[in-house]
Amino acid sequence: MAYGEPSAQEVKDQKIYRTFGLTDAEYDQIVTHMDRLPNYVETGVFSVMWSEHCSYKSSRPVLRRFPTTGERVLQGPGENAGIVDIGDQLAVVFKMESHNHPTAIEPYQGAATGVGGIIRDVFTMGARPIALLNSLRFGTLEDAHNRYLFSHSVAGIGGYGNCIGIPTVGGEVVFDDRYSHNPLVNAMCVGVIVHDKIAKGTASGIGNPVLVVGAKTGRDGIHGATFASTQDPHAKERSAVQVGDPFMEKLLLEACLELIDTGKVVGIQDMGAAGLTSSSAEMASRAGSGLILDVSKVPVRETGMSPYEMMLSESQERMLVVMKRGEEDIAYRIFEKWGLEATVIGQVTDDGFLTIVDGEDIAAKMPVTALVDDAPIANRPSMRPTYLDTLEEVIPASLASTDLHHDLLALLSSPTIASKEWVYNQYDSMVRTETFVRPGSDAAVVGIPDSKKAIALVTDGNGRQVYLDPYEGGAMAVAEAARNLVCSGAKPLAITDCLNYGNPEKAEIFYQFERSIDGLSEACRVLDTPVIGGNVSLYNESHGIDIYPTPIVGMVGLIENREHITTSAVKYVGDVLLLLGEIQPQPKALAGSEYLAIKQPQNALSYAMPAIDLQKEKALQDVTLAAIQQGAVQAAHDLSDGGLLVALAEMGIDGGLGVTVTLPDTTDPLSLTALCFGEQPSRILLEVKPADVEHVQQLADKAGVTCMAIAKVTEQLHFEVQQNTKQILCATLEEITASWRDSIRRQMQ
Amino acid sequence: MKVQAKIFVTLKGSVLDPQGVAVTKALHAMKYEQVEDVRVGKYLEVVFDVENDSQAHELVAKMCDQLLTNPVIEKYTYELVEVLA
Amino acid sequence: MKAAVISFPGSNCDQDAIKAIVSTMQIEADLVWHAHTDLSSYDLILVPGGFSYGDYLRSGAIARFSPVMEAVANEAQRGKFVIGICNGFQILTEAGLLPGALRRNESLQFQCEMAHLVVENASTPFTANYHFREEIIIPIAHGEGNYYADEATLDELVQNDQIVFRYADGHNPNGSVGSIAGIVNKKGNVLGMMPHPERAVHTLLGSDDGSKLFTSMLTTWREMHGVR
Repeated sequence: MAYGEPSAQEVKDQKIYRTFGLTDAEYDQIVTHMDRLPNYVETGVFSVMWSEHCSYKSSRPVLRRFPTTGERVLQGPGENAGIVDIGDQLAVVFKMESHNHPTAIEPYQGAATGVGGIIRDVFTMGARPIALLNSLRFGTLEDAHNRYLFSHSVAGIGGYGNCIGIPTVGGEVVFDDRYSHNPLVNAMCVGVIVHDKIAKGTASGIGNPVLVVGAKTGRDGIHGATFASTQDPHAKERSAVQVGDPFMEKLLLEACLELIDTGKVVGIQDMGAAGLTSSSAEMASRAGSGLILDVSKVPVRETGMSPYEMMLSESQERMLVVMKRGEEDIAYRIFEKWGLEATVIGQVTDDGFLTIVDGEDIAAKMPVTALVDDAPIANRPSMRPTYLDTLEEVIPASLASTDLHHDLLALLSSPTIASKEWVYNQYDSMVRTETFVRPGSDAAVVGIPDSKKAIALVTDGNGRQVYLDPYEGGAMAVAEAARNLVCSGAKPLAITDCLNYGNPEKAEIFYQFERSIDGLSEACRVLDTPVIGGNVSLYNESHGIDIYPTPIVGMVGLIENREHITTSAVKYVGDVLLLLGEIQPQPKALAGSEYLAIKQPQNALSYAMPAIDLQKEKALQDVTLAAIQQGAVQAAHDLSDGGLLVALAEMGIDGGLGVTVTLPDTTDPLSLTALCFGEQPSRILLEVKPADVEHVQQLADKAGVTCMAIAKVTEQLHFEVQQNTKQILCATLEEITASWRDSIRRQMQ
Repeated sequence: MKVQAKIFVTLKGSVLDPQGVAVTKALHAMKYEQVEDVRVGKYLEVVFDVENDSQAHELVAKMCDQLLTNPVIEKYTYELVEVLA
Repeated sequence: MKAAVISFPGSNCDQDAIKAIVSTMQIEADLVWHAHTDLSSYDLILVPGGFSYGDYLRSGAIARFSPVMEAVANEAQRGKFVIGICNGFQILTEAGLLPGALRRNESLQFQCEMAHLVVENASTPFTANYHFREEIIIPIAHGEGNYYADEATLDELVQNDQIVFRYADGHNPNGSVGSIAGIVNKKGNVLGMMPHPERAVHTLLGSDDGSKLFTSMLTTWREMHGVR
């Protein structure tokens, strides 16, 4: 035992496997698969491969419910990233991934390495990354630690993306104390590829060489994959924080794309979570092959690393590459040009085993199927949470707004709604000079190089809604993402998702997980946006409090003609703003709303939400897209957080013009409040030239979508609301702009 | 002989140090009112082989002037320590 | 006229610069790897933005020692047009081709936004097609764009009319002395600027005010060489 590791017998007798997170039953299964006692290294390798993070043991059976196919889907879940066809032999590659736990420990590096990891997932497929997005959740900014997590995460995301030269074009940030000290950082990367250049993570062809390329290996983040899946804060601290090196990754990106372009690469995979272990096992598993790897050949930056440490190191910016036999020199030449290492460490075999040697000694030998395919499934119990049955159906009249002016300003300055300039001005959103719609509109729009096409990108999710109704909330997340894309002029194509939940060992949490996936799936089916990849992050809890169930949807849409690109800013004085969808929502639409969260935080989660009608949603989106494509729309904006008045105010602020709103009559103050601030789903505002109003109204009528002229764009820089010829709210544009624009900056000073 | 140069790089006195200002403010906010000024700098450890002490000084000065500092805005001090095998 | 865009390990605005040169000037533009040592066949040399060598140590400090930089200095000496944008500006100051230095932004944050600039000198080869005091919109994206020069150097810059761009009134995004956004060398053939003109060459990108910077060079070069 050169490295002073316990013997196989000691691992069993002293139950050392438990410290790796394996249960007694899982350990017994390993013994059965191996037909002997696993040694220390093998036990470590199994423990990470069978961890929640790598094996998805809790979530796998539920994830099968997602629709994952469609005529445009070239690659669904199971690879490093999914791929969708956009025509002309071009395809879009994208994926979103969480880095919540590392961010909670070290926000700058945690967020930065999250970005680095997702970029690798995309260029591993042979795609050129062209855009990044981020979905973020933090506790409220009154808390100093939340401010620290927020500011450092943003700096880390910018630090990585800016340096590597991929624009960060969009995303969202929500603040709620349910995420206090347990932030969510979900990073999405989008790339483009020509169909015949697609690379995959397979290790096939007996005798083909296996190379480690990129950075040298150190002792970073050993057992990161297992620590992501545990709720014990001490266990979380045990692991060394990985430090990202975006400069190294920029070189790795260029070198890998150059290498893949030669056509001599058989398979390539990012060495992300669980490093060499999971990358090698997964590549062999996809090909049905085996691998023999000599860890003594892996370039290291620390001395005395054991095979165990080599296999589990999570050093960043590394890739595992299988080349065609005899073509290794190509890799050496390209990587040398970029000043990077490329080293053959083993080869592909046909024995179905992952064999790890350390020079002369065999350090481990495990069946690949046992590591990957036979990973246990945890059939978690699921139970409907009791809180769902105690939600009130009726919102009391006492919650009506008594001062619309005050409440509008309060909503506009609520950090969840307020301008995110403080955040996105720290990101380079313009590098690559293809960003046509920058952060701040409903969706980002990025041009496809050397093509007339553009793609629209968005991330969306509303944990409070999913908490109040897991099924409907899940469906709403997909619907809202698609609505945002449609408002930018795009046809939604497909989604990636990050599924962030609390502790799945609690039956109520598992119920939230299952039901929201059913809702997400149904909306994906109706809106024809299959799921092509994603990730699951469980055990998001802090001090015993689980986060809201927070599935985040990352969606990509296609704009065939750049003239159809639409933003949310109003453009011309005299234009009419049409409201499409439910005109007069019931008071119930205030349930789960930002208005309620501000008005009465203690009761914000006490009321049942209205459901979403996905068929109506689909009709609404079809009408909007048709009107945009016919050139009848000057601006479009989806109604979400804050409801109608907030959406109208945002359009005016963005366009620097006044808006005069004429509301339909209401019978009582609560109905008026629901009309102004309710968050009834499936609604869109369109700015239309007076001459086009009738045409758009006819389009809507034909599709059975309610449509009503609700406001006018004015030269006078006021935001004014009238009802029944009476003025019920009047603010200057300057006043609402200041509330909205400076709120986060003020709180961060 | 093998020596280690411990090099401290700071912004020149006349150059505003925005990091230093931010740290000063933070310390004041944390009630360290006695703090007058903070300058944030860089610390480098450079290990190399030389014949003698004077050559070591000469090399460090050259490295600092050429690459390790920007003489337009930065200044440096250093210590030399012999590294024992 | 022929252009070279230098690519260092970590450059990331090199392709953008080529696209902008080709689309606005309609001339040939080569991507030149930093290991090259001869730039004599080029009339315009552009040192692009990005994070050369990860901006480790100081922005531009390591790139300045790349083999190609000697050739850049030689061609600058011979009067060729040299333009450094963002990280390129930092490299040119580190290399001593332009006076002053770029410090961290006063906000300590990376800053990416549309910046309003005033053209302070419209008689350089880079600004000939602008009007004096014209206000233009060009994006910035940097963490270390806070221009510094001592009093004596500043006086000299003013005296020689070397200040080409300043941030427009009331909004200095990084704390630069005198709101300086771009300067030329004494001879007037080397320009350094923090804003990115190559990102402002099409209305779809939010501004096309940068186009005239590229066409200015073409106009000047043609006048100098009697080409129409």
